Amino acid sequence: MSQSLCFHCGEIALEGNRWNLEIDGEAQTMCCPACKAVAETIIGSGLKDYYRHRTALPDVSPQQKRSANNDVRDELKLYDEPAIQQSFVQRFDRSNTETEQAEAEAVLVISGISCAACAWLIEHRLNQLEHVVSVNLNLTTHRLLIRWLDDEVKLSQIFEEIHQLGYQAHPFSATEAEQQRIQESKTAFRRLAVAGFATMQVMMLSVPLYVGAMQGILAQYEIFLRAASMLFATFVVLYSARPFFSAALRDLRTRHLTMDVPVSIAILLAYFASVWSTVNQGPEIYFDSVCMFTFFLLTGRFFEMRARHRMTQAGNNLLDLMPSAAIKSTSAGDIVIASSDIQIDDLLLIKPGQQIPADGIIESGSSAVDEAALTGEYLPIDKIVGDRLIGGTHNVESQLLMRVTATGVDAELNTIMRLMDRAQQEKPAIAIFADKVASRFVAAVLIIATIIAISWWFIDPSQAFWITLAVLVVTCPCALSLATPTALTAATASLREQGFLISKGHVLEGLNQIDRIVFDKTGTLTRGELSLEQTLAVSDDVSLTSQQALKIAATLEQYSNHPIARAFSYVGHFETDNIEQVTGKGVEGRLLNIDNCKDMVYRIGRADFAFPQQPLSPPIDDERQWLLLADNHQPLYWFALSDTLRQGASATIGQLKNWGIKVSILTGDPSAQVEAVAKALHIDDVYKGLSPAEKLEQASTWQQQGERLMMVGDGINDVPTLARADIAVAIGQASDLTKTNADAVITNNSLTTLLHAINKGKKSTRVIRQNIYWALLYNLLALPLAATGFIPPWAAAIGMSVSSLIVVGNALRLLSSDKQFSNNRFTDKQFN
Amino acid sequence: MDIIYILIPLSILLIGLAVTVLFWAIKSGQFDDMDSPAHRILFDDDDQLKK
Repeated sequence: MSQSLCFHCGEIALEGNRWNLEIDGEAQTMCCPACKAVAETIIGSGLKDYYRHRTALPDVSPQQKRSANNDVRDELKLYDEPAIQQSFVQRFDRSNTETEQAEAEAVLVISGISCAACAWLIEHRLNQLEHVVSVNLNLTTHRLLIRWLDDEVKLSQIFEEIHQLGYQAHPFSATEAEQQRIQESKTAFRRLAVAGFATMQVMMLSVPLYVGAMQGILAQYEIFLRAASMLFATFVVLYSARPFFSAALRDLRTRHLTMDVPVSIAILLAYFASVWSTVNQGPEIYFDSVCMFTFFLLTGRFFEMRARHRMTQAGNNLLDLMPSAAIKSTSAGDIVIASSDIQIDDLLLIKPGQQIPADGIIESGSSAVDEAALTGEYLPIDKIVGDRLIGGTHNVESQLLMRVTATGVDAELNTIMRLMDRAQQEKPAIAIFADKVASRFVAAVLIIATIIAISWWFIDPSQAFWITLAVLVVTCPCALSLATPTALTAATASLREQGFLISKGHVLEGLNQIDRIVFDKTGTLTRGELSLEQTLAVSDDVSLTSQQALKIAATLEQYSNHPIARAFSYVGHFETDNIEQVTGKGVEGRLLNIDNCKDMVYRIGRADFAFPQQPLSPPIDDERQWLLLADNHQPLYWFALSDTLRQGASATIGQLKNWGIKVSILTGDPSAQVEAVAKALHIDDVYKGLSPAEKLEQASTWQQQGERLMMVGDGINDVPTLARADIAVAIGQASDLTKTNADAVITNNSLTTLLHAINKGKKSTRVIRQNIYWALLYNLLALPLAATGFIPPWAAAIGMSVSSLIVVGNALRLLSSDKQFSNNRFTDKQFN
Repeated sequence: MDIIYILIPLSILLIGLAVTVLFWAIKSGQFDDMDSPAHRILFDDDDQLKK
């Protein structure tokens, strides 16, 4: 590869060796000053082992983040305000601590952690700080528990340290749902452990019993071994298996037969028959089967629960989107208040780069506001005095003073939340194949067992009970009830490795039934950020090279928060003095020390601003964003910017159409860029400029026509539709609110992952069906034999175990990952 | 073979002990983080700066 890659973040280093940094005597290439600064911090603190240990590159290159928060230090100062700290910092006075000084403790959520070495780096860097008492970073939840001496260290210093390493920290306060999750996971683990221990013991006790059944065993030993097995099985039935019983009871009350019902019947019947057999010295016990069966089922459910938790726990809840502090402008000066204390009619000061804390109207100032998350428009909207601001959106360009019109429950964001709640209730259920089979199967077995019991009662009453029991054991739905969960667990684990995280059980089976996939545009089909697509000289007699022009543009844009500036952020800078931003028009500045022309004033922006002397129009008339660079004498270069398509988008759409799935776009963006994207991807069915409610309406229209919908989205405006869609998929960069409402998340940000998922969905449906048919076939063959009394109970137990193992083995085939659509981050970035 | 009258109750006691210890470990949060400690031990070796 001719281009060199950044040592720190793995992006292409466009400026060659300009930002080289010496590490261990070797010059390493850096792509930008931001990466260099981070690497310097790491090396300077003696933590260069990070580069040796890491197994993944940083998620976000520092340069992308840098341009987003120029005055991050000021913002972090907000975390020192008591009003803000109140919600997430816990204080201990000197009498309660080991250091005998006042200590404080906080939990922070760290974003940008890509592998275990990141955790090592953060922990060690913070531990080096004086007066930090303890640091612990949880790699699963990305939560940092930190304790420090309250009088010596300011919280903002800690935030800044983390920021300097190239990560971002957010305060975290546990919600009630979070507490419940922890409780649920602990209980599930305890149940699983009891079942596991008991299974091992009972299996061990079964060996002498099996041998004894063949070679003969003294009655006293047999009774003793059976009693010991009974003791273990009792714990399993009373403690570990309880979730099955309560679920079965709930299902019976709602007159709805699911798999929990036969599972409970099987466990209880086998257990009580064995107890009876132990007490009365009957022919056979099934304690081993009871324990093993419970253990297998619990294992499947345990992993399913872990996957579900993993998805929700990395983030917080909705109001994450809301900034936790606001600057209130009063007659006595500006004060910082917590956003929960904002009142209607307050005057708030909003700095560029900040989030708008509540709905309101602009009182003074004008700026561009990025509403992408709420409306899907990819370009910021220029707003002037009197325009409406929506809470949760971003102020981009310059300072604003706003008057609050709505807070909390009345705010726009919460309206969307209510819409979402309603949509969720209307979400159609995907029919789970196993449940359909289960209910019929249970009914059939119960009827047949009754008939057999009655017939044998007339033939030979002494044998009736044991033959009926053999029938019930043989038809025990072990294999049947293991058929689905094992397949789903295996497929889910394999998909997780490929970047598709499933949190709800119905997704895999549902993937097979999808008729139409609806995409959001901004941030889903496209990357949601502007990038430079084309550079064109205005005329042939321009003496600057395009490289120089780019560099001038980057210099002018370097202090801007506008998304346009981000497109230039990877280019180096010239020296400048005095750069001035003109809101809604462009940037003007004087550049020093350019090779052949010294001290010139340059302007970049809209054509009428950059070169007002004469009206110019873009060289190609398309829907891209055209910027003109000009000096005082002549226009120089045109730059075309556009929101580029996400990696793998067109390949994905093509394959989906091949499979006969209809593809549509529902977007809030009213601009003509929608058509450009649709054309590039060959999508005909496009709806643009829709509000969240209209999106929801369109989705339900399709559903009423009997179509099964999958929605792929990322923004807050997609949330109601996601809640309504049969299967909702969120992109990994989406807000937490979007992710918690999705049934699955694409974690590697590549759309081709969808193809993997659908493929895997088809395969797992096939495996589930194979499993179920096998289980039914086995039962059908064994049932007549058992009913006529040809199967001794021990053979029934062995047959049952073998059929279960075959089902588990078949499901394990799903673990292999298919390489058909491989398109992994690691192949794009060279890793060192 | 009468030894099993002692050994099996003994094993039951031991298992009871193991389960109690495990329950205590779960309760005190030792299983809350299943990933980081495994990695942490691999990284903590050579040259580190002290506080």
